[in-house]
Amino acid sequence: MKNAKSQAIVTNVSRRNLLKGVVGTGGLVLAAQFVPANIAMAAYKTGAEGMPGGVVWDPHIFVSLDPSGIVTIVTHRSEMGTGSRTSLPMVVADEMEADWSKVKIIQAEGNEQKYGNQDTDGSRSIRHFIQPMRTCGAAARQMLEHAAALTWGVSDSDCRAENHKVIHGPTGRSLGYGELAAAASQLKTPDQKSLTLKDPSQFRYIGKGQVQITDLRDITMGKANYAQDIHVPGMKYAVVARPPVVLGQVKTFDEAAAMKVPGVIKVVKIPSTPMPAVFAPLGGVAVIADSTWAAIKGREALKVTWDDGPNKTYNSDTYKAQMQATARKPGKIERNEGDVDKALAGAAKVVEHEYYIPHGVHVPMEPPAAVVQIKDGKAEVWACVQSPGGTRGDVAKVLGLKPDDVRVNVTLLGGGFGRKSKCDFVQEAAILSKAMGGTPVKVVWTREDDIHHSFYHSVSYQHVTAGLDKDNKVVAWRHRSVSPSLMSNFMPDPKRESALELGLGLIDTPFNVPNLRLETGEAVAQTRIGWFRSVNNIPHAFAMQSMVAELAAELGRDPKDFLLEMIGPPRIVDPRKTVSSELWNYGDPWDTYPVDTARTRRVVERAAKEAGWGRQLPKGHGLGIAVQRSFLTYVATVVEVAVDDKGNITVPRVDTAIDCGFVVNPERVRSQIEGAAVMGLSLAKLNQITFKDGRVQQSNFHDYQVLRIGQGAMDVRTHIIAATIDDPSSGVGEPGVPPFAPAFINAVFAATGKRIRNLPVGDQLSA
Amino acid sequence: MKVKVNQQERSYDGDPQMPLMWYLRDELALTGTKFGCGAGLCGACTVHVDGKAVRSCVTVMQDVSDHSVTTIEGLSADGNHPVQKAWRAANVPQCGYCQCGQIMSAAGLLAENKNPSDDEILAAMSGNICRCGCYQRIFAAVKSAAKGA
Repeated sequence: MKNAKSQAIVTNVSRRNLLKGVVGTGGLVLAAQFVPANIAMAAYKTGAEGMPGGVVWDPHIFVSLDPSGIVTIVTHRSEMGTGSRTSLPMVVADEMEADWSKVKIIQAEGNEQKYGNQDTDGSRSIRHFIQPMRTCGAAARQMLEHAAALTWGVSDSDCRAENHKVIHGPTGRSLGYGELAAAASQLKTPDQKSLTLKDPSQFRYIGKGQVQITDLRDITMGKANYAQDIHVPGMKYAVVARPPVVLGQVKTFDEAAAMKVPGVIKVVKIPSTPMPAVFAPLGGVAVIADSTWAAIKGREALKVTWDDGPNKTYNSDTYKAQMQATARKPGKIERNEGDVDKALAGAAKVVEHEYYIPHGVHVPMEPPAAVVQIKDGKAEVWACVQSPGGTRGDVAKVLGLKPDDVRVNVTLLGGGFGRKSKCDFVQEAAILSKAMGGTPVKVVWTREDDIHHSFYHSVSYQHVTAGLDKDNKVVAWRHRSVSPSLMSNFMPDPKRESALELGLGLIDTPFNVPNLRLETGEAVAQTRIGWFRSVNNIPHAFAMQSMVAELAAELGRDPKDFLLEMIGPPRIVDPRKTVSSELWNYGDPWDTYPVDTARTRRVVERAAKEAGWGRQLPKGHGLGIAVQRSFLTYVATVVEVAVDDKGNITVPRVDTAIDCGFVVNPERVRSQIEGAAVMGLSLAKLNQITFKDGRVQQSNFHDYQVLRIGQGAMDVRTHIIAATIDDPSSGVGEPGVPPFAPAFINAVFAATGKRIRNLPVGDQLSA
Repeated sequence: MKVKVNQQERSYDGDPQMPLMWYLRDELALTGTKFGCGAGLCGACTVHVDGKAVRSCVTVMQDVSDHSVTTIEGLSADGNHPVQKAWRAANVPQCGYCQCGQIMSAAGLLAENKNPSDDEILAAMSGNICRCGCYQRIFAAVKSAAKGA
């Protein structure tokens, strides 16, 4: 069907755009044009437009057609294991009636002006982009239909796209997407208001869970490329000796000894940045060599001595004692309803408990790594970053370039969990490439580097006081939370949880208690604090959901029934009028995503039912339950534990109910929930980062242990609450984690009668 | 010294104490063998030496002199080793980084023991960490590969 003329158009359009476009596949890029975002078609509002770069849905940006029929779809979010690299293009493909077997996926470079927001964190990829990607696919479909109508000289309304071709209804003739590529690529993007979305009953892929992740075969063959795997011709390798204490300075080092190691090329000092340093490198001394091994040996030979600076006083034991003392005193009021003091004074019974969670670290299986080269005043980056847009800006800044002169190629991420939102390691590679005159340099972080120099999950101490009246109703809840803030990276240390952190499952509590006061106490950050999958939801859920179970035990009530009573009747809980500053709702509009206790109750009831709550259990077994709304998703988990007479705990079964609105890929939702149980069990049972004289005391997987196969959570059952396309999609990557630890600890109590209030459990049961 | 990698003879004259992992990754660009811990603790770098699963980050070059190394790239010609097929059928991976090491451990187990018990599977796989937490699917995939092997 192709004629010479259309082929010429194909070639021209293709060449013009290949030069600047993302597509390197030889495909035909639809002529680029900028179409401002228009939310007229969105069924509900999200916070996507308020993010840096906002929303882009133009198919000229995301979709390219090849005359052979291959449809190439750009995926603009980073892939770290959630499956969004596959799921978002799948949404486009479904809406545009593309045949998935003829779809190729390519990764966008970091460019938020072009693609919209790329900051892959906060469990936002599906939540913010299901609607724009449907719009994108619908526009592409309409353009293909219009191209066919023009080719045939018939009315658009007689043409319909179906499974990779457009069919002319009256005659039954058809044109394949490859045959329409040239004509469709010349069309302007239609007005959003003119687009029609598919009826959900017509979805081929969305919501079905049959599409496998696009990298599956490559992963099983060793062909999937992560930043640690990048090879660039002429590339050198670097490792960095960083200050063991944050803000420490290099005192002395033996450059000559390092240079004597065969293969070592250069030793470079990297400056440190005072706090708040955002994501600037920690500083230190880098060794650049012909191989990773030579660089590692060279670093050992450096024998750096350090001036530790002000944070050398950071000791986890004394810090915990300080946090405890702070939590026992009145703090800053963050949300206040009724009169807690009066209610506690008049209570028939007061119950008071404290909960502690230490620092944690992400340990993604791929330690951070990045390659940077600089040529002709332009930098090219290959990196495993959750934040391609931010990385582009930060690399530009550290090199004194314009962002337009920095290209960030996003590799697969071998796990992220929040660590790879911070591009300190990429900035190191940029500094070192510059020091080498632009030579490509790969910075490799070892596991020890990763554990010693992270942005740590914050330590938390909470003090909760509940008052019961003579009828055993909870009439007062006073909750004091003390935790150094991750905002210390961005501003002079705020010394207490920010609105953002309080919004992570504390200040938005749905508890139906007439006198409620949430407070924060001061805690100064003495290390780098950072996001860790689900962030402050972990300590907040742990304290709240443990305390509820403690009260149930105190009253001899069933923990599930008592939890439902604390949640109260189905209603919208709106704390916006009773908070002191603002209610941070994960950056999304309240009207789309309010706190809806009907949904909280539903996941509790579903998890309990599926788990067989109340069933007869073998000796030494126990069931625990907990619920948390996080990232606008409702998750309840029932954990079954088995504890032997030596205090060894296993987890034979987990039942998790999740209500995340409309689900794009249920198969990947299940994988996230299974993984969240494993990570939740790791942090509840094993994980702890401790500081002594400012230094992290753990160094590798022997002393920072994470769960191994067979150590529990091998039978995780995921129960997805049914939803329709009109139910706003919400987060999936993170929300499985927060309820796990309290459900697990509540189960341990049910099995043993022993209440654990300090995580990790470690050997507390056997001691 | 001589070493055979994926059936190909190679000669090496560098540091005999360099871990095999860096030779495979940096010199041969066989990056399916992943760097995870450098201390034999996580299994991401698992390869076969003379058919047995070993951690290449704690196996130094002189240990493999005149031996035969198989990496994930050499496990099968077409990616259709029974373990690789079982991995895909069970949708095991999330981020995927540890999976080559997991597959090499599982293939090593099944080469020695065609019908492992559940405990034998758990023991053989316990040296491989998956931080994404794919363990229940890994277990299912190894069981299913054993049935098909």
